[in-house]
Amino acid sequence: MKAALWFTAASVPLALLAALSIGSVELGPSELWQAVSGSGDEVNREIVWGLRLPRALAAFACGSLLALAGALLQVLLRNPLADPYLLGVSGGAATAALAAMLLGASGALLSGASALGAAAAALAIFVLSLAPSGWNPYRVLLAGVALSSGFGAIISLLLTVAPAAQVQGMLFWLFGDLSGASNPLPAWLVLAAVAVVAQSQAMALNVMTLGEDQARSLGVAVARVQWLVFGCATAATAAAVLVGGGIGFVGLVTPHLLRLAGVHDHRALLPASACLGGAFLAAADAVARSAASPTELPVGAVTALIGVPALLVLLAKGR
Amino acid sequence: MLSTDKLSIDVPGRRLVDGLTMELKEGECCAILGRNGSGKSSLLAALAGLRRPAAGTVTLRGRLLASWPGRERARRLGVLLQDDSADYWGSTLDFVRLGRYPHGGVGPPEAARALLAELDLAEHAAQRFRTLSGGERQRARIAQLLLQAPQLMLLDEPLQHLDLAHQAQVMALLERRAQAGCAILMVLHEPAVAARHCARAVLLYDAGRVAQGPSNIMLTQEHLETLYQCRLEPAGLPGLFAPLPR
Repeated sequence: MKAALWFTAASVPLALLAALSIGSVELGPSELWQAVSGSGDEVNREIVWGLRLPRALAAFACGSLLALAGALLQVLLRNPLADPYLLGVSGGAATAALAAMLLGASGALLSGASALGAAAAALAIFVLSLAPSGWNPYRVLLAGVALSSGFGAIISLLLTVAPAAQVQGMLFWLFGDLSGASNPLPAWLVLAAVAVVAQSQAMALNVMTLGEDQARSLGVAVARVQWLVFGCATAATAAAVLVGGGIGFVGLVTPHLLRLAGVHDHRALLPASACLGGAFLAAADAVARSAASPTELPVGAVTALIGVPALLVLLAKGR
Repeated sequence: MLSTDKLSIDVPGRRLVDGLTMELKEGECCAILGRNGSGKSSLLAALAGLRRPAAGTVTLRGRLLASWPGRERARRLGVLLQDDSADYWGSTLDFVRLGRYPHGGVGPPEAARALLAELDLAEHAAQRFRTLSGGERQRARIAQLLLQAPQLMLLDEPLQHLDLAHQAQVMALLERRAQAGCAILMVLHEPAVAARHCARAVLLYDAGRVAQGPSNIMLTQEHLETLYQCRLEPAGLPGLFAPLPR
């Protein structure tokens, strides 16, 4: 477990360094240091401060948000396959974003549309999951799956009727795309808020892995924790989708990688998931930018191509 | 410590417990017996505040159970449920330490280690809880409850999955807690164990009918034959009965 936490801690600076150095213009250690410290070539300074750092920070926040949402939903729904996109929030954001693209929107209008879509989907889940007997994870799961399928159908329709010139932009948005992520501040603000609230519930989440009745008998205010955690996961997913579109796999796999390495205590698992998810996405984005440069690959495909073998190796080891 | 007033418990279409009024005092040990589906676990859940009764009230230390804040209640009242908590991924030691949650956190591991040793689980402390055998998991759950150290313990079939030696060990541990002033109420399927360790017994009959009284009066062959709706014959040892097919 300790090795996993050390690896996670080390992955953060390494991923950020990689994200700052790698790209169409490769920066060596000395060039990077000069650019960061404000001396050296002006173009390099602009590349680092104006382009790569904001994007790396946005990618990091987006990965952290997705991993946190995944870790929270997996314990909340008591389902190891739960991932941030299960609730239909990303489907709602994608449907609204694609519809806005079809109508010619871009930039802030596009972000606004996807934010509205995410909020509408979150509201629908809240309403659909309210049962007279209180919270029911199966209701939430079913409502999420139903909403996601519905949004999937609408997205297919939008892709079918969209002009060919727009389809590629739409597909990029669906696969996950960080090229438009130039302002990391909003995502970091949401991340800070979600991380603080989630961490305050970490011990209660440990107890809730024993089952709802056992947790209640040990004094956990189960319904309160469930709604708080649900709210955190929804806000994190919505914020991540607004930054990078539908980037898959980070939210599902990051918490599992840590659990397989022996990190089960949510007081460590939640911050470690946030760090590893952020580092993973920042590094994956650097690869997506540079692997086939000047063509940029969809970062969601890169996260899956790196994450799937990593998870399979850990599973095969049976740890 | 714990009292009920005309407590009734329903499941859809059926009354399980009808108008139970009882009181459990400090240091007292009481058994609940009944056939499968007679409502033993439901009664225990209602007494633990985990299930809303159809009518009547449950009072803990003179205050309505539902009005206690969660952690404060959990410091006084602990429950062993039949759930097997198999989803828990952490170590056995960490599992047991969760018993300290109502006291403000998991606290130092020494007390948990001592309880694991007392329940023959010392060598399994670092092992994953979910890889333990059924009997070992049951003892780990009991260790968690003992670490919670409530003044009132409600136990649903504490002896399930346990071999004879560990049944005796667990009952001895519970008896020591009772001697120290802890009130204990447990669902049991073994009349001999109830007769030996519990001064009082509550019998749940069909249609919500409840009878209660001192164990030596309640746990007779005649009462038990009516309760379980089968014939019993003495098994050659005092207090032991062998069931015969109906």
